[in-house]
Amino acid sequence: MSLLQVQDLRTYFSTDAGLARAVDGVSFEVNEGETLGIVGESGCGKTVAALSIMGLIPSPPGQVMPESSIRFRGNELVGLPEASMRKTRGNRIAMVFQEPMSSLNPVFTVGNQIQEALVLHRSLARRDARKIGVELLNEVGIPEPDQRFDEYPHQLSGGMRQRVMIAMALSCEPDLLIADEPTTALDVTIQAQILELLAELSARRGMAVLLITHDLGVIAEVCDRVLVMYAGQIVETGTVEEIFVRPSHPYAEGLLRSIPGTSAGGDRLHPIQGSVPSSVDWPSGCRFGDRCPHAWDRCTAESPRLTAPPGGSPGRLSRCLLTEEPRRRVRSAAFGAT
Amino acid sequence: MMTFLIRRLLSAIPLVLGIATIVFFLLSLAPGDAASFLISPNITPEVLEQIRANMGLDQPVHIRYLRWMSAMLRGDFGVSLTRNQPVLDIIAEILPNTLVLSLCAFLLAFAGGILIGVFQAVRHNRPTDGILSVVGLFFYSMPSFWLALMLILVFSLGARNLWGWPIWFPASGMTSVDYPFMSPGEQLRDRAMHLFLPSLSLALVLAAGIARYVRGSMLEVIRQDYIRTARSKGLSEFKVIFKHALRNGLIPVATLFGLYLPFLFSGAVLIETVFAWPGMGRLVVDAIFQRDYPVVMAGTFVFAIMVVAGNLIADVLYAVVDPRIRYE
Amino acid sequence: MQWSIRVFDMSDLRIVGVSILFPGVRQVFRGRVAEGSLVLGVWLGFGWIVLARWDRVSRAALGPWDHKLALLTLGLGVLSVWMWSLLSERAAEERSQGARGVWALAWSAFRKSRVAVSAAITVTIVYLVALLTPFLAPFDPAAQGSLLTERLLGPSMLHPLGTDQFARDVLSRLLYGARISLTIGFVAVSISITIGTLLGAISGFAGGKVDAVLMRFVDMVISFPRLVLLIAIIAFFEPSIFLIVAVLGLTQWPQPTRLVRGEVLSLREREFIQAGHALGFSRSRLILRHLIPNALAPLIVAATLGIGDTIVLEAGLSFLGLGVQPPTPSWGTMVADGRDNLVGAWWISTFPGLAIVLVVLCFNLAGDGLRDALDPRLRS
Repeated sequence: MSLLQVQDLRTYFSTDAGLARAVDGVSFEVNEGETLGIVGESGCGKTVAALSIMGLIPSPPGQVMPESSIRFRGNELVGLPEASMRKTRGNRIAMVFQEPMSSLNPVFTVGNQIQEALVLHRSLARRDARKIGVELLNEVGIPEPDQRFDEYPHQLSGGMRQRVMIAMALSCEPDLLIADEPTTALDVTIQAQILELLAELSARRGMAVLLITHDLGVIAEVCDRVLVMYAGQIVETGTVEEIFVRPSHPYAEGLLRSIPGTSAGGDRLHPIQGSVPSSVDWPSGCRFGDRCPHAWDRCTAESPRLTAPPGGSPGRLSRCLLTEEPRRRVRSAAFGAT
Repeated sequence: MMTFLIRRLLSAIPLVLGIATIVFFLLSLAPGDAASFLISPNITPEVLEQIRANMGLDQPVHIRYLRWMSAMLRGDFGVSLTRNQPVLDIIAEILPNTLVLSLCAFLLAFAGGILIGVFQAVRHNRPTDGILSVVGLFFYSMPSFWLALMLILVFSLGARNLWGWPIWFPASGMTSVDYPFMSPGEQLRDRAMHLFLPSLSLALVLAAGIARYVRGSMLEVIRQDYIRTARSKGLSEFKVIFKHALRNGLIPVATLFGLYLPFLFSGAVLIETVFAWPGMGRLVVDAIFQRDYPVVMAGTFVFAIMVVAGNLIADVLYAVVDPRIRYE
Repeated sequence: MQWSIRVFDMSDLRIVGVSILFPGVRQVFRGRVAEGSLVLGVWLGFGWIVLARWDRVSRAALGPWDHKLALLTLGLGVLSVWMWSLLSERAAEERSQGARGVWALAWSAFRKSRVAVSAAITVTIVYLVALLTPFLAPFDPAAQGSLLTERLLGPSMLHPLGTDQFARDVLSRLLYGARISLTIGFVAVSISITIGTLLGAISGFAGGKVDAVLMRFVDMVISFPRLVLLIAIIAFFEPSIFLIVAVLGLTQWPQPTRLVRGEVLSLREREFIQAGHALGFSRSRLILRHLIPNALAPLIVAATLGIGDTIVLEAGLSFLGLGVQPPTPSWGTMVADGRDNLVGAWWISTFPGLAIVLVVLCFNLAGDGLRDALDPRLRS
């Protein structure tokens, strides 16, 4: 069952250097209870896409273009008046951010901040809200929740703060949780715990999770399906297995190959040559063209569209001309090696 | 928290004593002393010497200092040379007047300054922000005594004599001549009317400075991640600004409290002069002109205490407002 | 930046001629309208002085010292205008070629704020006017007109800002008062910056007991209402310009002291811990190369803002009768003079106050502009 349907999302920013097309025509779906991962380098637009869904794009420089469509349970969110959007935020759709230290208000207790959404959206009295808050703290694995409830963010460790953020997001039992790089700022050991927690919560509550990250390892841990984004567009979608075992788009291939220790070559590192183009000035034609080892003249002339490569699950898509002309694929292409 | 308070209190005491000591030695350097006012053809040098001995002015400096200090610590501030009243009584009578004026000005300044500062931060980069900044700087650059005179010109003398406005404010004193004959309600109104222009003159200049500071602080705060988190919970913009942002933005303002207090008292001196307000500022200045040393000493001592107390309150406020300080 | 020997095309004498007779016009036609018309305006101002006040100018070399100073200013001003007019093209070229030293960067950042630049220009013009006052002032500031017919006259053609209760021209008094305020401001702040830098450096480098004691002392001075202290000292020791300047300077040092001390401390953290004990003599080199540039920027800002504060403070003292003594006009005294005739002759109090506000406003704007331009960029 489709919970969230994003169609042709475009979010542009007016900057001194020109119009930055951070998200440039992105479409995807999130189904009930599933965990969808969005992976890509910084600057590819994944965070902007998440903020657009939440309606948190700062409006003087940024704008979600009116031709975009974001449907949550059938209701259109783009163009929704702010007052209505606020009823959804924190309530039906919640978000967890990257930096737990700076994302929590330092002058209010942890419990106060968890209660806020409850008091707002569920009109609960403080006492009842407190009870639920303590339960939530327990659920996210914080020991001695009753004591922690009255503590301040600076008294907790990084991992605990992130758990608090998650508890805060869960407080009104949202149908969709958007997690933007939830583990990037944490130690490696804590990362695993947080991811486990997210998976557990998703399973137990039947909650859908939209997980945004640049770390493929994270994707592998918890996601059901994956979207790969590059230069403001989606370049590949598929199940986790498909992406990891049989990547179709050269960018996805390159990402996998660049993980140290995964390629058969031994000690060599295989970064992807070149760098991400500027969002003010997307190249015409395939945006990955100048970094792609398989590229030929058609790639600079045409912008490829998302097409389904053969033998994939429903919803498997790739934005690459190789799907049409597989023989153009250069064998033994190693990104940036030799 | 208590240890924090006690520590601050203990460090404040030497500060006050230090200031008082400096003032004492400064005054002792001044040419001429209280007795020299009495020089006239009628008084022979011997009598003058006797008067000096009576006043204890013939003792060496350090002895005078010790005697003065021990007297002060016992609460004995001596007797005014010009009014022949115990200084303590004079100060007790006059101090409330200055406190009322200062408090009123302080409240006006902070309330106005904070509101304008927040408004500017929220309307950042729009024309109102720029205009308010310039207007604010304009007032910030103003000498308070001149502002006082202009206010008197417009809202007091002009309003009454030139243009016949329905409301005009009095320009001198704390109360009207017929104050004792007024009903309690009228008395309150009379006091308020007299308080308005003086506190406004003090407050406007201060408010301009506070608004600038608050604006800067709020702009910093609004950019923080936790504001985005607050919005993501669906809170109204009002709540986001006035609950989440303001609480953080006001933290540095608590330090302003202590910083501006000496300015407030300096300004009060000039304002009290312009408005003939019977306050500590005027008392001390008049005493300086009249070489009434006991009053000058006691007056500056009281000023010092008030400033240090203000700083202490500011520190306490700071700890109250920022939990990170409390739980160190 | 290279100054080539052939600074202008001698071959085109017309350009030279225009630059000397009508400076600024060339720039206006080349699109730099604001700068060009400003310089043209200043040039015309100088011209007016020479023509309309020829009697004073011609006798200035033999007159009192302030007339000599005014003549010197006039001469230097004319020369600077000519230099600018002839050389500014070359300077603009070289700048656009990217001379990117640290100070050049700060300068270009400062130029971006029109408000700050206008404020700085206004301050310069105000100082120019103050120096040229002996030529500019229509009347002698102490000269009293006829007490029967010329007292308390409103603004008019003859007396643009009116006359006061002693039939003295307000405009002339305003101009002469400017000299007092501006000089006192400048000198007092210079004193306080010098003392502050020395004390701050000593405190920062010595550390330990010396530092602690000094900082306590700073706390005491800051805690005290400055005006009360000033009043006390000046009242007890008889007001005179020297005393006022000295006292103003000597009570403002806490701020620069803290600033310099802060810089010294952060410098110690950075360099010495890493350098260890092997670098004996290069410590002093490090100090000179790092401390001074880093501390200079906030000091300049503090100085600019400090001049504004000092002017207001001096006005307050004069208002109370503790400033410069009559008949020397000071803005504060003028405001006090006008109190008795506030409604009947509002111009006596209003104009000096406005002058204070405008001058201090410009200092504050320039200081703000400097702070924005200098701070983030020079943090190396």
